[in-house]
Amino acid sequence: MDPFRSKIIPVTAILAGVVVLWYVFAVILNAPFQRDVDQRGNETPGAVEFIGKTLSQPKPTLPAPHQVAVNFFENTFLRSVTSSRSLVYNAWVTLSSTLLGFAFGTALGIVIAVGIVHVATLDRSLMPWIIASQTIPILAVAPMIIVVLAAIGITGLIPKALISTYLSFFPVAVGMVKGLRSPELMHLDLMHTYNARASQTFWKLRVPASVPFLFTSMKVAVAASLVGAIVGELPTGAVAGIGAKLLAGAYYSQTIDIWSALVAGSIVAALLVMVVGIAGRLVDRAMGGRPA
Amino acid sequence: MTEHPPAVVSASKLGLTFQTNDGPVQALSNVDLTIGKGEFVSFIGPSGCGKTTLLRVIADLEKATSGAISVNGMTPEQAREKRAYGYVFQAAALFPWRTIERNVALPLEIIGLSQAEQAERIKRTLELVNLAGFEKKYPWQLSGGMQQRASIARALAFDADLLLMDEPFGALDEIVRDHLNEQLLDLWDRTNKTICFVTHSIPEAVYLSTRIVVMSPRPGRVTDIIESTLPRKRPLDIRETPEFLAIAARVRDGLRAGHSYDD
Repeated sequence: MDPFRSKIIPVTAILAGVVVLWYVFAVILNAPFQRDVDQRGNETPGAVEFIGKTLSQPKPTLPAPHQVAVNFFENTFLRSVTSSRSLVYNAWVTLSSTLLGFAFGTALGIVIAVGIVHVATLDRSLMPWIIASQTIPILAVAPMIIVVLAAIGITGLIPKALISTYLSFFPVAVGMVKGLRSPELMHLDLMHTYNARASQTFWKLRVPASVPFLFTSMKVAVAASLVGAIVGELPTGAVAGIGAKLLAGAYYSQTIDIWSALVAGSIVAALLVMVVGIAGRLVDRAMGGRPA
Repeated sequence: MTEHPPAVVSASKLGLTFQTNDGPVQALSNVDLTIGKGEFVSFIGPSGCGKTTLLRVIADLEKATSGAISVNGMTPEQAREKRAYGYVFQAAALFPWRTIERNVALPLEIIGLSQAEQAERIKRTLELVNLAGFEKKYPWQLSGGMQQRASIARALAFDADLLLMDEPFGALDEIVRDHLNEQLLDLWDRTNKTICFVTHSIPEAVYLSTRIVVMSPRPGRVTDIIESTLPRKRPLDIRETPEFLAIAARVRDGLRAGHSYDD
């Protein structure tokens, strides 16, 4: 089937459904407030006028899609990218700590995985702690990391990035343990018949075999990194970043701002996952992967 | 009694017992065998008769639990450390991320040969298995038979005198298998290597071997050793001659005597 019929139509259909539902709920959720306002103003609008009003409130309970779209467009394309209200600026602030945290997390995850695969003691002692680390709610840990690091003079990008690291090392560690253990017994036997050293087996067999696992886990990790960066911006009282926009929006009931920051965050997440996916495909191709 | 050349593999009272959850399993019991230089020895028998296990013991991929075995006059472990043999598995076991020439280069890299030496050996062995021109292809771009030939080239690349082959053509269709059998005989004739070949095909064993070791399961043991009377040069149609059929019949009798078809 051609991609138009197999992908674009179904996805668009769902999107249209979501937008319709969104409008319906916007009317329902914004109606009580609108009725209040109308009563006080002694107005008795007709049904169509009333619905129109529920969809154009300045601080709606649920903003209508077009309100979010207009706000998003203005704050993305019509503002200078250095303005603190620009979504591009705020997205960049969040993105930079996401990328730093993701780099740390990936490196840490790989180091842990190599340790677990090669040292039996680590396999037994470390794995339960790694799993336990992810059961702690990040919202509880994030403020402590920020406060503790601030106490020893580390502020700014690094603390936020470390929260991303905390979330992103886990999928990489688990994926790489699996990847480094993925070579078939026959391939390991083959290396044994060559009397290969452990380091040779590692570099020539385990590492190349783990590459597909690395990219799969990096896709999960990069999305987790972004969540970490946003969460990291909440308790820091950060002045910039998507998390800061969400928090400021919540303080001042700027619901439209919250939603457009949310859209910006989703777009950044989608782009990050896509970039990792493309990098994975390029590497796969370079390693002789069969074109799909 | 013909005089045997110096032994490449020599086993006496060799036994191997696996400890499993269902208790000990005797994979090999009382195997006495001497393989001389330049021989082509096939191991044939039903599954579970220990033919693959025996090959793996020679290769030091399994350790014997009783008896004695030597490879080139050393223990299997010493022989492996000296890279005394090339091993060909049931599947080609090529690394999918390496081209054919890089796959053949793998053992050469591990041994630490110079680039020039590697290039020379890759060229020579790929020509030996008729794969010249496919150096830059990845394994998935080759047919199953070609992949298995590449894996034979890889086993030949570091010039071990002993080639251990574990049902290398078992997964291939009959036509390809015939072709590869012919090529393998030709290769054996030209290189004068010692080959140990595991198979469960009677015609394949008879066609290839100078000696056929018939094995039988529970416990895995040698029930008969048949010296082939066929000449060294063997065209494919030798398989229709009465001499060939007589040897095949003897192998079949040997397998039956081992109660191999009972269960």
